[in-house]
Amino acid sequence: MNPITNTDYVTILPELVLAAFGLIVMLVEPFVTKGGSRKPLGYLACLGALASLAATWYQAGSPYTQGFFKMVLVDHFSVFFHVVIALVLFVALLGSLDYVERQHIRAGEFYALMLFGAVGMDLMSSATELVLIFIALEISSISTYILAGMRRRVAISAEASLKYFLLGSFATGFFLYGVSLMFGATGTTSILAIGPQLHAGGFNPLVFAAVALMFVGLGFKIASAPFHVWTPDVYEGAPAPVVAFMSTAPKAAAFAVLLRVLFAAWTPGWFWPVWISAALSMTLGNIGALRQTNIKRMLAYSSIAHAGYLLVAFAASKAADTAGISAAIFYTAAYAAMNVGAFLVISHLAGEGERFVAIDDYAGLSRRQPAVAASLALLLLSLIGIPATGGFFAKFYVFSAALQANLVGLTILGLINSGIAAYYYLRVIVVMYMREHPAEHEHGHGAERITIPEGVALTLSVLATLYLGIMPNRVLQLAIEAAKDLLR
Amino acid sequence: MGEISTIHYLVVAAALFAIGTIGVLTRRNVVIILMSIELILNAVNLNLVAFSRMHGQLPGQVFSIFIITDAAAEAAVGLGILIAFFRNKETINADEVDLLKW
Amino acid sequence: MTTNLHLWLIPLLPLAGAALNGLLGRGLSKRAVAIIGVGFPGAAFAWALVVASRFVALPFERIPYTEYILPWIAAGSFQANIAFYLDQLSLVMLLVVTGVGLLIHVYSVGYMEHEGGYYRFFAYLNLFMFFMLMLILADNYLLMFVGWEGVGLASYLLIGFFFLKQSAANAGKKAFIVNRVGDFGFLLGMFLLIRHFDSLNFADVFKAVSHYPVETAGAGLLTAISLLLMVGATGKSAQLPLYVWLPDAMEGPTPVSALIHAATMVTAGIYMIARSNPLFSRSPIALTVVAVIGCLTAIFAATIGMTQTDIKRVLAYSTISQLGYMFMACGVAAYSAGIFHLMTHAFFKALLFLCAGSVIHALSGEQDMRRMGGLRKQIPWTFWTMTAGTFAIAGFPPLAGFFSKDEILWKAWSTTALRSVAGPALNYTLWTLALLTAGLTSFYMFRLWFLTFFGEFRGGSADAHGHGDAHASHSPHESPGIMLGPLVLLAILSVFGGWAGVPHALGGSNRFDQFLAPVIQSSSEAMSAGQRAGEPQPEAAEEHAERNAELALTAASVGVAAIGFGFAWLFYFKRRDLPARVTAVLGGIYDTVRDKYYVDELYHALFVRPIVGISNFFWRDIDVGVIDATVNGAAHASQDVSDSLRRMQSGNIRSYAGWIATGAALVIVYMIWLGAR
Repeated sequence: MNPITNTDYVTILPELVLAAFGLIVMLVEPFVTKGGSRKPLGYLACLGALASLAATWYQAGSPYTQGFFKMVLVDHFSVFFHVVIALVLFVALLGSLDYVERQHIRAGEFYALMLFGAVGMDLMSSATELVLIFIALEISSISTYILAGMRRRVAISAEASLKYFLLGSFATGFFLYGVSLMFGATGTTSILAIGPQLHAGGFNPLVFAAVALMFVGLGFKIASAPFHVWTPDVYEGAPAPVVAFMSTAPKAAAFAVLLRVLFAAWTPGWFWPVWISAALSMTLGNIGALRQTNIKRMLAYSSIAHAGYLLVAFAASKAADTAGISAAIFYTAAYAAMNVGAFLVISHLAGEGERFVAIDDYAGLSRRQPAVAASLALLLLSLIGIPATGGFFAKFYVFSAALQANLVGLTILGLINSGIAAYYYLRVIVVMYMREHPAEHEHGHGAERITIPEGVALTLSVLATLYLGIMPNRVLQLAIEAAKDLLR
Repeated sequence: MGEISTIHYLVVAAALFAIGTIGVLTRRNVVIILMSIELILNAVNLNLVAFSRMHGQLPGQVFSIFIITDAAAEAAVGLGILIAFFRNKETINADEVDLLKW
Repeated sequence: MTTNLHLWLIPLLPLAGAALNGLLGRGLSKRAVAIIGVGFPGAAFAWALVVASRFVALPFERIPYTEYILPWIAAGSFQANIAFYLDQLSLVMLLVVTGVGLLIHVYSVGYMEHEGGYYRFFAYLNLFMFFMLMLILADNYLLMFVGWEGVGLASYLLIGFFFLKQSAANAGKKAFIVNRVGDFGFLLGMFLLIRHFDSLNFADVFKAVSHYPVETAGAGLLTAISLLLMVGATGKSAQLPLYVWLPDAMEGPTPVSALIHAATMVTAGIYMIARSNPLFSRSPIALTVVAVIGCLTAIFAATIGMTQTDIKRVLAYSTISQLGYMFMACGVAAYSAGIFHLMTHAFFKALLFLCAGSVIHALSGEQDMRRMGGLRKQIPWTFWTMTAGTFAIAGFPPLAGFFSKDEILWKAWSTTALRSVAGPALNYTLWTLALLTAGLTSFYMFRLWFLTFFGEFRGGSADAHGHGDAHASHSPHESPGIMLGPLVLLAILSVFGGWAGVPHALGGSNRFDQFLAPVIQSSSEAMSAGQRAGEPQPEAAEEHAERNAELALTAASVGVAAIGFGFAWLFYFKRRDLPARVTAVLGGIYDTVRDKYYVDELYHALFVRPIVGISNFFWRDIDVGVIDATVNGAAHASQDVSDSLRRMQSGNIRSYAGWIATGAALVIVYMIWLGAR
């Protein structure tokens, strides 16, 4: 057997860096003075995120390298997702520095789990072996299960964690069962080997069942209907910066896995399940969001809808054409940019014990904190899909690809849905700008100014959203490269 | 009686999977739900080992060892979460996990 | 010789103004804010004039002039750039938007003097100008769409400018959401264009389209695209059934109504259709739909306009009605007539809105015409300029509205572009309805005029109603010079602006039509010669007959305008003092008066009651009852669905697991069925 060489380690360099920083954070924590600020730990974690970004940069120099007996593949695809995950991690960590202090959350575990979670997510996007995908999925999931319950003394946080955990493991069971059937049908667990195997030997009926089960498991992770039911509850209960992180990074990673499973191996039969799931997710997500009064819950429903738009791009994918796949990849980046910012605003405004998470609490925000209100407004406009924001081009590519692929019904449904969606996002903007808060002049409520780390995090998110909206071409080209590598 | 073939293992595994799923759907005690999920994972293990023997390839068995390890980790985390929940609500009845809805 | 027009300056200048005022305005004095807010659009207008003079000198083969700025997006072979496109059509729009826009900016300096958030107002106004100019100068549909959405956003900000007014917030929201419906069509149209032509560039698309035959046989690809684009245009240009947002949008400050909801933004749909004329001209079905929608909107909104009492709402419905005319003009393939009317309408409707603003300003916020009256003495400048605007919109020669409206009526009568869909009956119907609309327009505009400026002042009790304004106790006062200047200039344009397009029949040469001809020409080549609408024909005798027909139609339209004036005079000027006269002569020549009274009664029964009835029917039952109710009903219904869907989210883990398992079972069963097949 060929021994493991340095190149092998380079293929998991970002993951190694993140894991190392996670361990360091845990080891350092006892030495931080008791009762003192825990922010240094957070900065350390931020440094870890940046280091993993640098590691990814280093990897990008030699794309399409395989390592660890072809279990790991570094290509444009994995690099793209690594960058998205590292940036989301960095922004979410910056945004949680003050939150963690305010909510009295155990800082050491919190930051370490964020980093470990990111290890799993990174690995999900670069793994080409089902065993490794499973392990990566579990690393990411278990970290987020715990993170969701980080506010241990708050009943809803513990409940969110428990729900997420039980349903998540249930869904993982489905995924694993699918993997076992896939192994049975093809005799291999390597995605790159499954494809040729499938197309050489014809489709064993087991393969269809395997794809179905894997789709269920991954559908849960990306929160697509009808496997989305956990999302609103978990997002509402989990700490806001954690939601900022887990509504974007693990989702991006799960989409990466789904892309690999469906398209790198080009497994059969996925079209109608994806089609129906996309239609259901968009519709249920948007209609569910209409009547929400809690902004976290509203954005949870909105994230279901966005998973639906993304699945439209999946449905539009073709074996020979990168349009649908690159649209999906672009969408994950755009969605990550805008959503992470929106949740950071929520986290900033939530106050101690997350008391202020009702949409009505945002009344008059434009006068109390004009910059924050303007940022949130911009991010919400991007979620609606207004031009000059990332959300617009993301949707534009997706639906354009969908129509090219003759998905007329899905395109129309999607556009109708994004019309409905405007209504509830807009409600928040209207409340922020056009309604006065009854307790406007009371001291204390939402009066804390935004801190520098929070401000930097929010600015990054806003700038990324604008960048993707005004000059989308560069990222789009990268997404196209990624899609090409995926189909290689 | 013929010899026990792969299909027999698969049937047992499928039955285990079904029992596990039904357990998750019907039992109210969270600990038993956890155990039902373990059943599902064991169904997977059985599948993997059986297929591994059928194909004469090892990855399946290695995979099942990983799953067993992961199941242990998951159980530990799960019970931890359950304890945190119990401290807040003094119950482990799944139907009383109902603060978050709509 | 290479002439560089530096088109990028034109949108960028207002953007710079918006940025300066938006970021620094809070700390600046009102004077500085006003200088920035007016200076940058002013510079844009100045540059537009320079561009115009250089454009005229451009050699023929360099038109349309394109200016490449930045690469934007490329996916596969599809590519869209940030680039500007200038031809005769965009030049006209450019001058109208920057010119009228500048005047309205100047006016706003006076009008918004006493409002809070002065800097914000100008920042938004400049931002609007930026997006509007992007829309006009875009060289592809995608960039146009950016401007399209941007003007919507800016208008939303400006409607909701009086932030804490709930009705304003609702109006802004309504405008935004109704426009989403239109955008839906626009987007689908764009996707279809990408799919079939792999481009959104005007030049590329129109070149590709020029190889397509006219879809006379039935609906095809071009019909589909045209109809989808038209849906977008109906939203933006407030046509049936998507017009509902426009009357509510009058909640915004009056200069905003003048700029956005009369002169510029709402005409974007017309501009888009005219711009896409190669597509539309190849689809008689789409043209017919456009013509019918435009015509129905015109008469529908005009009837509603007759009974409104809020001065701005009258003008709002009037705008919808006039937009209907422009739509109809596009529908009968008379794009240049539509753009001509767009231009004259921009002059006189901006003027009317600004005058209304001046009246409102004079009365310290009063908008109800029942509490106005007799103002011609107090505010003579406003009165005289408004008189010019009123006569212009009513279509009295030789004012601007006369020429443009007449052109549309003539084209509606004479066009053959719709022949493959319907016979001449359609022409006559369109023409009759449009003529009726012209009469109604004249009627409600003079009603407004008489109610506002003639008779006795009826607003004495305004103070008692407690407008918290410090001015409330003052008697009506004329607006400051900075507001009157734009009024005078617009009045001059409203009087003489139509002379750019004097038709042949009246001895002119219709220079406007000729100027725009190259833009339209390219498309018309596809149509057979016989289908060229309303062009001078070679045969002398035929030409003579046609000229007589045109003159007759012109006489008819002037006639109905006069009739409308007459009725308004009767009901809102003469009849007003009737009760007093009846009392005075009660003992004397009783019978005559009673006869007279009966005449009035007869008029009332024969004309007023039915007209008011129809108007109220359209307004209360259709406008409020059906269309508003549909919009609101859709919102309520989806909220109800939302409520019931929430039940799915019971909060129970086991039921969640049940959903997941059910979904899983369905997927698995489907896939196994697929595999076993």
